[in-house]
Amino acid sequence: MHKFVNPFGMPAYLITRHDDIRSVLADHARFSNRRPPGFLAPVAAAMDIAEQNRFQAGNLLALDPPEHQRLRRLLTTEFTVRRMTQLQPRIVEIVEQHLDAMEAAGSPAELVSAFALPIPSLVICELLGVPYRDREEFQQRTARQLDFAIPVAERLALQRAGRRYMEALVRGARSEPGQDMLGMLVRDHGDELSDDELVGIAGLLLLAGHETTANMLALGTLALLVHPEQLAAVRDDPALAPAAVEELLRYLSIVQTAIPRFTTTEVEIAGTHIPAGELVVLSLPSGNRDTGFVEAPDTLDVTRGAPGHLAFGHGVHHCLGAPLARMEMRIAFPALLRRFPRLALAKPFPDVRFRVFHFIYGVHSLEVRW
Amino acid sequence: MKVLADRNVCIGAGMCVMTDDEVFDQDDDGAVLLRRDQVPEDHRQRVREAVNLCPSGALSLSED
Repeated sequence: MHKFVNPFGMPAYLITRHDDIRSVLADHARFSNRRPPGFLAPVAAAMDIAEQNRFQAGNLLALDPPEHQRLRRLLTTEFTVRRMTQLQPRIVEIVEQHLDAMEAAGSPAELVSAFALPIPSLVICELLGVPYRDREEFQQRTARQLDFAIPVAERLALQRAGRRYMEALVRGARSEPGQDMLGMLVRDHGDELSDDELVGIAGLLLLAGHETTANMLALGTLALLVHPEQLAAVRDDPALAPAAVEELLRYLSIVQTAIPRFTTTEVEIAGTHIPAGELVVLSLPSGNRDTGFVEAPDTLDVTRGAPGHLAFGHGVHHCLGAPLARMEMRIAFPALLRRFPRLALAKPFPDVRFRVFHFIYGVHSLEVRW
Repeated sequence: MKVLADRNVCIGAGMCVMTDDEVFDQDDDGAVLLRRDQVPEDHRQRVREAVNLCPSGALSLSED
């Protein structure tokens, strides 16, 4: 626990231990998502109240129970373990198609654009009901929207453009609901959900479906390439995939930006007293590298498979898409490594450019050869 | 050992089904269902893990 003043001049408490982070995330009554007056995020501060409220609608990440529970319940049906099993053959097909294309084009390849991004992108588009032909537009937008190096005004413009795009899709689904998730939401819950909520939900799922798995696939491949013995284990033992995915999630912790919560009452964490109405920020990467959680946390050990990691968060906001992300990764990593058993970096490791200022950690590109 | 599930608290993350699909199941909306509430000896460790992993705190154990 460290008390500090953040770059916006707000005092905050940084929580770094695995168990403390878990307790805070599990306790939504005392550690709320609702920002007290004066604690606006920079992008929100550039909007008037009416627009802030419209942008808040359907944004599960910004809500507390019971409102959060109402919306989440409508979506969990699409992410059950059973539903994932139904999706599995289609994900395998998508992965194989992209590997075929890579093989046909020949070595070397740029892994982000050939594999890591298009696979989760196509999967979430089909699931949600977003036309994949529009991908260039929304892939660019989702990547830039969460890049803190981009000025607030531009990020706000991107968010507005993203909403306009989603509004058109929601209108389409209202008049002609398809077999996808947007169609299901309109058909089964169309009366309980406002258009703003549908736009918010769909926008969040599109963003989250892109930025997370795509970066895990690229960064995870890089992590395996620089640990060849770990790579060989994942390639040669199909049964190892689930544990390897959990370990890569823990080791890489791509949600690198601290997660904010606000105290609703006086609390004590790790022996430190915190008054009500204070900003508490949680570092998921540090929790995942806590010696109180796992031994030798800085070692990548694909046999470890500790599913108690915090990469998907904890508490009521635990990643909705976690079962989908796990499924995609369990299929994609082994398939890539088996298709190209001699996969290697095409450029030296120090030349890899990382997304240091981004909400989600990752690489900008990854040149590989085989 | 008995496992208890609070379906009102459950957020449908599915961690329990992933950990032990012989004890836990999900309904169509994702909420937890128990296939059995008495936990057999050889499932105890996994069920304890599922209770610990549950993000929403919907699961608990009782020793009866």
